[in-house]
Amino acid sequence: MEKNVRETIKEIIRRHLKLKQGKVFGQCLTAVGWVGGTLPEMYEKDGMVEVSMADVAGGGFAVGAALMNSRPIYVIRYQGFNWYNAPMIVNYACKSKEIWKKPCPVFVRSIAMEGGIGPVAGSSHHSLYYRMPGVKICSPMTPKEYKSIYKKFMREDDVFYVSEHRGSYNNKKELKNVLVKKPDIVLFAISITRFEAIKALNILIKQNIKISLHHILWIKPLKIESKFIKNLKESKYGGLILDDDYENGIAKSIANELNIKSGKPIYTLGLKEKSAGFYPTKDNLPPNKNEIIKKINKIINEKK
Amino acid sequence: MSKEYLKEVLKKISICRNFELNVFNAVKKNNIKFPVYLSAGQESISASLATIIKKKKIKPLIFAQHRCHSTYLSFGGNIRKLIYELLGSKKGCAYGMGGSASIQSREINMFGHDGHMGTQAPIAVGACFQSKKPTIVFLGDASAEEDYVLASLGWASTKKLPILFIVEDNNLSILTEKKVRRNWDIHSVAKSFKMKAFNISDNPLEIKKKSKYFFREPILLNINTNRLFWHSGAGIDSDKTFDRYKSLRKIFGAQGNTIHNKAKEKIDILWKKMLERQ
Repeated sequence: MEKNVRETIKEIIRRHLKLKQGKVFGQCLTAVGWVGGTLPEMYEKDGMVEVSMADVAGGGFAVGAALMNSRPIYVIRYQGFNWYNAPMIVNYACKSKEIWKKPCPVFVRSIAMEGGIGPVAGSSHHSLYYRMPGVKICSPMTPKEYKSIYKKFMREDDVFYVSEHRGSYNNKKELKNVLVKKPDIVLFAISITRFEAIKALNILIKQNIKISLHHILWIKPLKIESKFIKNLKESKYGGLILDDDYENGIAKSIANELNIKSGKPIYTLGLKEKSAGFYPTKDNLPPNKNEIIKKINKIINEKK
Repeated sequence: MSKEYLKEVLKKISICRNFELNVFNAVKKNNIKFPVYLSAGQESISASLATIIKKKKIKPLIFAQHRCHSTYLSFGGNIRKLIYELLGSKKGCAYGMGGSASIQSREINMFGHDGHMGTQAPIAVGACFQSKKPTIVFLGDASAEEDYVLASLGWASTKKLPILFIVEDNNLSILTEKKVRRNWDIHSVAKSFKMKAFNISDNPLEIKKKSKYFFREPILLNINTNRLFWHSGAGIDSDKTFDRYKSLRKIFGAQGNTIHNKAKEKIDILWKKMLERQ
């Protein structure tokens, strides 16, 4: 039977521990939920290592294990916790190969979710790592994508920041790019916004708005199919980047890169410039289909 | 037996001291153009540990702090490669990227330091946990205040790792004294984490007394020492600073002078040649 993303990750972890003699580090791994059901029921004797609750040190433990060639997987249950977990990963592991010619590959499973979890824990924080050299950043939302990035990690010797989203865990489907000739707008969607982008696209088609959609799996180095750059050049109004992180981060960097390559204006839509409150009306959620449609209509109307 | 040990330690210190004096001069003459962290005055710590551990026939993982020339040299790091590094050459021990603070040596299992104070502690703990190899981590008294260092002590103790935390306590963070920064001692904190911990001087004999505990369980030694030169660069804060090297040389009298002069000649010539080649 076809596996969803949750089951795929769980199987990868099981194999990593059993067959590759790897290790998984993190906090509260063996707790009730087993990190959203993405971990097999294994313990320290199997390589599943509960670290202390000191976020500031946990990243360092994983980096040290990586120096010993163990290819650790480091689980960060909420992406916002990276503000304390990231320092030794980005300043040591990511730079080790360049400075000391000593690769230090860590697979960072960084998990996003949102909705009523307040100003720190919610959403994606991949922009935090983006500005640092020596890290590869991806955001897999499908089973095949997850398998491919794990295989790539095991082949290479870099630090991987894997920006997961709990909203994808039940997903079994692969998400395909949509390329239409001479589109009005080309969407470039990251993380959980990919699902909303598909919904928005289906509605916009009915409004006779021509939309292409490119799913971004690899954020750094950025991988965009060349035919979509061509498609962007042919577009009427340019492109729109959708992200689950704040707009003043990766979204604007990608927009700049695509603008240079295509000469077209590239817009961004991500988290709003405000802190997330716990109450629904005070939250800060990633763009949903209605907001995407509204933004596209606004771009089109302004240019008419 | 003790005399033989002290002689070995003295030989190592004399290499380190003469090396540092050459770095001092190279900085003064602008042959080195980035910040350097001289370990002169503190050499007896790494010299003693290297001598003890060599006798035990152990090759530990070494995680040094930024003030690390003596660690590198005492444990047998290649002298030429360190000079190359300080001169910014690709032939350097960190390929010209490490400067003074971020040096490494594959040959002696010494890992580079990233420049953030104390990050070597959790990284060393992770490496020790993964490999179960004897591990030494060097810290300054300032980096011992970092929260991730404290968390590392706690986890190393919980996991009963074969790790040795060495705090090279020169009492200064740049020029701010310890008593201004905190009202607690790191050896007391370590004890509260259920580790063996001791507060001792940098007398090689005191260090040796504690060696029976090394790598059997996590332990911490807070070793009181003195920095002869500035925090960074080539300058002297005070000419009244106690110098362990001088006191050790006195024990050996003329033989101490011979050891010093021999090391001086070797290191001076090496530096001179390599500076000329530049």
